[in-house]
Amino acid sequence: MTLAAVAGPGLRAGEAHAALRGVTRVFPPADRRQAPVHALGPVDLDLARGEFFAVVGPSGCGKSTLLEILAGLAAPTEGEVVFEGAPVRGSPPDGVGVVFQEDASFPWLTVWDNVAFGLRRAGTDAAETARRVDHALGFMGLAGFARAYPAQLSGGMRQRVCIARTLVLEPRLILLDEPFGALDQQTRLLMGDELLRLWRDTGATILLITHALDEAAMLSDRIGVMSARPGRFIDMVATGWPRERDSTIVADAAFGEVTARLWSSLRAESLKALGGER
Amino acid sequence: MTRAGWIRIAIVLGAVAALEVTTRAGWIDPHTIIPPTAMAAALAGLIASGAILPDIAKTLSNVAAAFVLSVGGGFLLGLLIHAAPRLRRALDPLLATYYAVPFFVFYPLLIVVFGMSDLPIIVIGFLFGVVAMIIATLNGLDRVPRVALKVARLARMDPVSTALVIKFPAAVPHLFTGIKLAVAYSFIGVIASEFILSGAGLGYAIAYAYNNFDNPRMYALMLFILVSVTAVNMVLHGFEQRMLRRRGLSR
Repeated sequence: MTLAAVAGPGLRAGEAHAALRGVTRVFPPADRRQAPVHALGPVDLDLARGEFFAVVGPSGCGKSTLLEILAGLAAPTEGEVVFEGAPVRGSPPDGVGVVFQEDASFPWLTVWDNVAFGLRRAGTDAAETARRVDHALGFMGLAGFARAYPAQLSGGMRQRVCIARTLVLEPRLILLDEPFGALDQQTRLLMGDELLRLWRDTGATILLITHALDEAAMLSDRIGVMSARPGRFIDMVATGWPRERDSTIVADAAFGEVTARLWSSLRAESLKALGGER
Repeated sequence: MTRAGWIRIAIVLGAVAALEVTTRAGWIDPHTIIPPTAMAAALAGLIASGAILPDIAKTLSNVAAAFVLSVGGGFLLGLLIHAAPRLRRALDPLLATYYAVPFFVFYPLLIVVFGMSDLPIIVIGFLFGVVAMIIATLNGLDRVPRVALKVARLARMDPVSTALVIKFPAAVPHLFTGIKLAVAYSFIGVIASEFILSGAGLGYAIAYAYNNFDNPRMYALMLFILVSVTAVNMVLHGFEQRMLRRRGLSR
């Protein structure tokens, strides 16, 4: 089964699919007695077309802020975001899909209507909408639940509804914010396989935020390790995995080396973040 | 039917039967209360003769107008106030103390402004219901998940469609509180206004029957109001329960 191949605007050779240039984010203080919170950056990042990139970092390091800036949901305080050669300025560009950490399914719509939501907003005709929704539901193993409401599903299935809702729009850049955070370990591995299959079939560029080092190591071409707040990239780890891969890679000797390197980069930062929260 | 449903019916039937027995036995003066069966018979007669149909039509249409205006207006005002946090902070204490004002004191003013018509009656019903709806809307909008609004922004929805397609359905469980209060307040506002100053409507008809010592007619009309309010509320309750079950929120 394949989803329609991604056909984005042509990019010049060597140009990044999406890029952050000197991006920072400073939150203004809640009241005058407090200092502004420097949450992120400066961050530079080039995502190649079709790359699977993961971001790991200690809690509170600005990972989600980075994702929202890249998605155009938040504006950077300084710096520039570029997607397919055009600047992104505080409003989401076409071709970017986001799967959020929290349950974003709409409880008032059936699973089918949830997945059809974006297509209907975009004015896609009914036959095409039905074709794509049925396909996405099958792909995510939700075919038997089309008429159920989200409240009748488990947390993992609701997250799959949200992934399907993003996929039907055939985004060229998919941003995932700890999408499997609420799932158990076995389900995470299987969902990881699904994600790899989807990535191969669509050719989309993926940015995955995760706190699970093994998840990042198993799925990604390249992993960015972020420092404690204000988040900056302190290490870039290329895994060198083949494009054809799945969760059995966790048994590979190189897998252990990747996770070990991630942890050695991250350990000191995680301790800092832990100390900072006390 | 559930066990609770049977108990509910038993309580209502028991109370009606007790009233029937005590009035029939003469323990309660028939000039004070007539037996429920006599009320029902009088109501059937009134409806069959068509004598009160114009009053029913007038009252129910006024109630419907007051209800629609309070729910629609309350939701819109709630949206506007919610979008302006500073205005909301300024209004909060006024909204909280609103129901301390006895609106009926404004009746003379409303007559001066709107004249002797249905309009002042509808306005009173509206004034009664609208603030309950505003408060329910604000509560509901406060609880719209932020992530749902992010999904709306990714779908590049404008503020109006975000309000109608995302905020409204997300807030529905809280809006129901306001809608149910708006029904009750619309009935109270309209019927009470008809009592004090109107030449038609159920409130007026009850006052008229009372002044003429026409107990069967008075109680028949009271029974009609009771039954219609209960019916409307049960329909709303049914909708609400179905909505809550779908969302996994029912007890």
